[in-house]
Amino acid sequence: MNAPISSFTPSVLAESAVARVSLAAPCARLSLRARGDLAPLNAALGLTLPTRIGQRAQSGESQALCLGPDEWMLHAPETLAAGMQAACDEVYGTLPHSLVDVSGREVTFVLDGPRAVDLLTLGMPRNPDSIAVGEGRRINFDGVTVLLWRDGETAFRMDVWHSFAPHLLHLLGTGVAELAAEAA
Amino acid sequence: MLLIHCPYCEETLPEAEFTYAGQAHVIRPENPSGQTDDQWEEFLFIRANPKGPHYERWRHFHGCGRFFNAVRDTVSDKFLTTYKAGAPRPDLSSLTEGLK
Repeated sequence: MNAPISSFTPSVLAESAVARVSLAAPCARLSLRARGDLAPLNAALGLTLPTRIGQRAQSGESQALCLGPDEWMLHAPETLAAGMQAACDEVYGTLPHSLVDVSGREVTFVLDGPRAVDLLTLGMPRNPDSIAVGEGRRINFDGVTVLLWRDGETAFRMDVWHSFAPHLLHLLGTGVAELAAEAA
Repeated sequence: MLLIHCPYCEETLPEAEFTYAGQAHVIRPENPSGQTDDQWEEFLFIRANPKGPHYERWRHFHGCGRFFNAVRDTVSDKFLTTYKAGAPRPDLSSLTEGLK
C-alpha cells in the first residue's frame, strides 16, 4: 500500500515508557551529486560539504550529510530551499552538478527514548553504535534503504521513502510495545 | 553473515547491505562490431567458475551505492581483500601469503 505524505501528520505515532516514534515536521530535502573541487558549492550553500561518508555539516538550519564519494543529502527549512537552489544554479557553470528537490519523496521519523538504540536493532543488520553521535548513514532497515541521522546518544532521525513508511511504522510500533513489555 | 569491507565507506559491514554483481575485470571491447561471434559470446556469457580465489564485483547497495571489486575464496567464503573499482587487480600471491 502506498502512503502519500498527506496521510501522516506531525505527531507522536508510537510511544511507550522506553521509546517513542514521532513524525517530524516536513522540511526541504535536496539530493546533491557533484565531483571535483567543491569550493564553489560550499560558497553557494554557506557550509563546507563533508567529504567522509557519514559525516555531517550544519550551517544555521540547513544540514548536509555525505552519503557517498560524490553524493550528499541536504535538509533545510522549506522557506530556504528555493534560495539554495538558485545559489547553486549560479555556480553550475564553474562546477556542473545535479541538485534535485526530493522533498516529496520521504517522511522523517524521530526515534528517541532510553531504548531507542535497541529499537533500531530490530531492523538494522549493522551495529547502531558504529554510527557516532552527530553523524549519519544510509543503511538497510528491515530490507528498506533509509537514511539514519544520529542526533544524540538515544536520539535518531530516520528518513524513509513514504511508500515504505507504513511498513516500517508498523515494525517500529511493534518494537516500541515489545520493549515496554520487556521492561515491565 | 559475511562481513564485507567497503573501500569507499572504509567500514566493515554486514553482507545484508551489499549485493553481488558478477565477475570483475570483464572488459567490454572497444569496437563490438569488430568482434567475431565467438569473441562476443565469450564477453557476454563465458565466466570463470574457480574453486578458490575469485575476482568479483559487489555493490554497497544500502550505503554509498558504489560498485567495488573483491577477491573472495569460493571454498571458504572468506574475503581476501576488497578494492575500489578501476584499481588494478591485486596480486594473488600477496593475498594468500598470510593464509598459509
